[in-house]
Amino acid sequence: MSELPGDLHDLTIVAAGAALRSGETTAVELLDAVLDRAHRTEAQLHAYLTLDRVGAREAAETADVELAAGSDRGPLHGIPIALKDNMCTRGVETTAASQILAGYVPPYDATVVTRLRRAGAVLVGKTNLDEFAMGSSTENSAYGPSFNPWDISRVPGGSSGGSAAAVAVGSALGALGSDTGGSIRQPASLSGVVGLKPTYGTVSRYGLIAFASSLDQIGPLSRSIADAALTLEAIWGHDPLDATSYAGVYPDPTADLDEGVQGLRIGVVSEFAGEGYEPAVEEKMAAILDDLSGSGAEIVEVSLPTVDIALSAYYLVAPAEASSNLARFDGIRYGLRLEGATTEELMARTRAEGFGPEVTRRILLGTYALSAGYYDAFYGQAQRVRAALRDEFEAAYQKVDVLVSPTSPTVAFPAGEKVDDPLSMYLTDICTNPLNLVGHPGISVPVGVDDQKLPIGFQVMAPALGERVMFRVAAEVERLAEFSARPLLEEVAG
Amino acid sequence: MTSWEPVIGIEVHVELSTRSKMFCGCAVSFGDEPNTHVCPVCLGLPGALPVPNRQAIEWIMAIGLALNCEVTERSVFHRKNYFYADLPKNYQISQFDIPVCHDGYLDVVVGGETRRVGIERAHMEEDTGKSTHVGVGGRIHAAEATLLDFNRSGVPLVEIVSNPDIRSAAQARAYAQELRTLVAELGVSDARLEEGSIRFDANVSVRPQGETEYGTKVEIKNMNSFRSLERAVAHEIERQVAVLEAGGEIVQETRHWDEEAGVTHSMRTKEGSSDYRYFTEPDLVPMHMDDEWVGAVRATLPELPAARRSRYVEMGLDPDQAGVMSDAHAGVRAIFADAVAAGSPPRAAANWLTGEVTGWLRRTETDPEDLSLSGAHLAELVAMVDDGTVSASAAKEVLEGVLGGEGPPRRVAADRDLIQISDTAELESAVETALQEHPEAVANFQAGEKKAIGFLVGQVMRATQGKADPKLVNDLLTEKLSH
Repeated sequence: MSELPGDLHDLTIVAAGAALRSGETTAVELLDAVLDRAHRTEAQLHAYLTLDRVGAREAAETADVELAAGSDRGPLHGIPIALKDNMCTRGVETTAASQILAGYVPPYDATVVTRLRRAGAVLVGKTNLDEFAMGSSTENSAYGPSFNPWDISRVPGGSSGGSAAAVAVGSALGALGSDTGGSIRQPASLSGVVGLKPTYGTVSRYGLIAFASSLDQIGPLSRSIADAALTLEAIWGHDPLDATSYAGVYPDPTADLDEGVQGLRIGVVSEFAGEGYEPAVEEKMAAILDDLSGSGAEIVEVSLPTVDIALSAYYLVAPAEASSNLARFDGIRYGLRLEGATTEELMARTRAEGFGPEVTRRILLGTYALSAGYYDAFYGQAQRVRAALRDEFEAAYQKVDVLVSPTSPTVAFPAGEKVDDPLSMYLTDICTNPLNLVGHPGISVPVGVDDQKLPIGFQVMAPALGERVMFRVAAEVERLAEFSARPLLEEVAG
Repeated sequence: MTSWEPVIGIEVHVELSTRSKMFCGCAVSFGDEPNTHVCPVCLGLPGALPVPNRQAIEWIMAIGLALNCEVTERSVFHRKNYFYADLPKNYQISQFDIPVCHDGYLDVVVGGETRRVGIERAHMEEDTGKSTHVGVGGRIHAAEATLLDFNRSGVPLVEIVSNPDIRSAAQARAYAQELRTLVAELGVSDARLEEGSIRFDANVSVRPQGETEYGTKVEIKNMNSFRSLERAVAHEIERQVAVLEAGGEIVQETRHWDEEAGVTHSMRTKEGSSDYRYFTEPDLVPMHMDDEWVGAVRATLPELPAARRSRYVEMGLDPDQAGVMSDAHAGVRAIFADAVAAGSPPRAAANWLTGEVTGWLRRTETDPEDLSLSGAHLAELVAMVDDGTVSASAAKEVLEGVLGGEGPPRRVAADRDLIQISDTAELESAVETALQEHPEAVANFQAGEKKAIGFLVGQVMRATQGKADPKLVNDLLTEKLSH
C-alpha cells in the first residue's frame, strides 16, 4: 500500500504525478483508490452514470508500463479522470443523462477524449448531469439526481454536478465538464472545487453533445489551480474537426502562476452584489478582495449595466440553439424509438417520451423564439444584447486586467428547493452566463465555507485568450484563501 | 378576350462532384451500396460537427462567376429547420440572406432571339439522404417500411434561383439546357438529370398582357428531362389560363408533374413547411471571399458557351450552327479549331462536324474522345471536295473510311477508288454511250424538256460508278446536245 501521507484519492494531479514518477504509487493504485472511493460514496452521491472499470484498468496498466519504461506522456499520464456524460466515448455508453439516448454507444471519441487518452489519462467513467446539460442542480437527470458531498441533502450544482461531486469526494482526481451558462463554474463553487470555462473556441467541441453551440465550452474541474491549468493544456488547441476552433497562438496558462498580483488592476463587477446574494458569500468576497489588495493589486469598482439583462438574452439564445441542436433526436437512427403509424408520429412520440420536462420547456421556448414574426423581437434582440455586452466587457478590460465576482449568489441549496421553480433555478447562473454570451474565460476558485460548512466560490474573469492573467490571479486567490476543507461526507462501509 | 403573359422563374439544384461531401470527409459517390459513405457528421450523430469543403466553395464561386454574379465578400451559413426522416439533423445547413453569389444573368437563345434571364442568387447547401418506401405501390401511405440511404446526405448542393424573367415554356427549357451545359463545362457537376445530380423546379404564374403585378405563383416539381420541363410549364400555363378564364383563382401551392398523364397534380402541403426557423449556423464561422480568392477562381474558368458562340459567329458560322457547334463535345470542338487552323473555311468544317461526324458518332455509339479524325484530315477532305478531287457524295464515303481508321482522306479516296474522273477524253465515250442508248431522252431535251439532261447525267454517273465529276458530265452533255 501507499506510503504517502493521507489518502491517494485526496491527492491533486500534481501530487499524484510526482508520486507516480517517484515510484511511491502506480496508476493502478490510483485507479483502485478512486474506484474504492466511488464504491463507498456512490450510493449517497450518484456522481457517476457509468464506471468503465475494464477500460480504466487497461489504461492504468498501460500507463504503468509506459512510465516504468520511461515513456512519459506528461502530467496527466496515469491520472484517473472523469468525463461528463455528454462527451462521446467510443464503445462506452453516452447518454447526456437523457432517456432519449438510453443505451447509446458512440462509434467515436470526442476530441477532448482523444487528447486525454493521448496524454495517458485513465478515464474512469461518465458523470451525471442535468439532461443535455440543461439545469443548475443535476436534478434534471433522467437517471436520478446527484447530491453534494458537503451535505447530501443539498444539490452539487449543475449541470456538471456529477463531475464536481466526483472531484470533491475523490472518486476522480480531476474531471471534465461543459459550461454553457455556468455549468462548470457554478457546480465547482457549490461543491468546493476549481472549475474553469476557457475562452470559447479554445477547446474543441467535436464530440460534445451540443446544447447551445455558440455558448458551449468544455473545461476542467479540479482540486487546484495548477491542476486546472495542466488539464487545460492537455485538452485545448486547434482542432480541424471544429470549424469554430481557434487556430491562432494560445497563451501559456501556467506562465505566471507564481507571479502574484502586485501591480494588477482587479475590477469588481458592481452588478454582482446585493439582492439575492447571501451575506456569507458577500463577506467572503470582501475578505478576498482585501487580501488581494494586501498582495499589491489595485481593486476598482466596474459597472457592466448590460449584465442585468444578460440572463434574459441567455434564455433566448441558448434555448433557440438547443431547439435546433436537439432536433436530431428523433428515434430514426439511434437511441429511444416509440413506434407510430407515420414517421411524424414516430418522431413526436419518441421525443415526447424521451425528453424530460426542462428539456421540453427549453425546446418549446427556443422554437418560439426562432419563429417567423418573433425572430427579431426575441432571438435578434438577444444577439444585439450579446454584442452590447461584449462591447461593455471589452471596454472594462481597457481599464482592468481581470474582473471578479462571486461565482454563485448562494451556496449549495437543498435538493428539491428550486426544481419546480425554473426562474429561481435560472437565477443561480446570473454571475456566470454573461461570460458564455461574450465567449470570455472564467474560473471559480473555492475560497471558504459558510457557517454550515458549505463551500463558497470566487470567480476570476479575463478577456478572450486572457487565460494567463486569469490563472495568475486565480493562483493568488487560491494561496490567500488557503482553502483546505474537505467534504464531511460520512463514508458508507464498502 | 384577355391575352395572358406567363411569368416563369426556375430553381435549379446542382449536386457538385467534389471528392468529399460538403461538411465531412465521406466520398461523394452514386450508385453504391446504401449507407457505405457515411460518418458521424453526415449521419447527424450526437456531438458531430460540420467543417466546410473549400473545393465546394470555390466551385459555387465558379458557377456564380460564370453566371455573371457578384461573389459576396462575407457569406454566412444558416440552419433551415424541418423534420424529415432523410434529413439526419432535422435541419439542413443552407444559406438564407447572405448567399455566396447574387445578381447575375444568363443569356439564352430561343428562335434566334436572345433573352437575358436574371440570376437572383446561387447559394450553398447540403443534400439530404434518400428515402425509399417499400410496400404496396411505393406510395408513402401504403408503405410497409421506409428505407433510408444516407450516401447522398451532405453532398454539396448549389441552388441557383432565377428571377421571374422567363416568358415561355420554350425559354424555360432553353434556360435549363443552357445552365446544364454551363455547369457541365465548368466540370463541377455530373449534371445528369436522370441521376438527379441536376434538378429543376419551376415557379409559374400568368397575368393579363400589360399587367405589371405578378399573378399567384405555383411551384411545379418532378420534371426529369428538359422535354418534361417544357411540357410541364406549358401545361401549367394552360391550366392557369383555363382556371382564370373560367373566373377561378389560382391557389399558391406546389404541384407535381405527372409525366405519363401529362398533367400537374396538387401535392399535399407539408405541415409547418412555411416556417423553417432560419438562424445563423453557430457551428460554422462566416466565409470571407476576398478579391484575391475570387480572382484565383475566375482565372480557372474555361471559355463559357455564350462567349464561344459569339466567337463562332464572328468566324462566320450562322447563329444556329454556332449554337450547335458550341454545344458539341470538347473533342469535336478541338477538331474544328484544328481544321480551321489548317486552312478549312469554318463553315464547311462545321457542316461536316455537326452533320456527318455527329451522325456517325451517334450511329456507332463512339466516344468523341476516340475519334480517329484530326483537324488536318478534315481540312484535307474539305479541300478535296472544293477542288473536285472527290464528289460531295464520295466525300461522305471517304469520311466513313477516315472515321473507320483507314487513314487520311487522300489515301482512303485512292484505296476506295473514289477519285473523280476529270479526264474529258475518258468521259467522252461514256457520254456518247448514254446519248446512243437513250434517244428518247435526247429527243425530249431537244423538244424543250431541259431536265431530261439530269437523266442523262445520272446514266453517265452510273456507268462510271459515281466517279465522274457531275459538273463536267453536265457540261459535256450540254455541249453535245446543243450541236
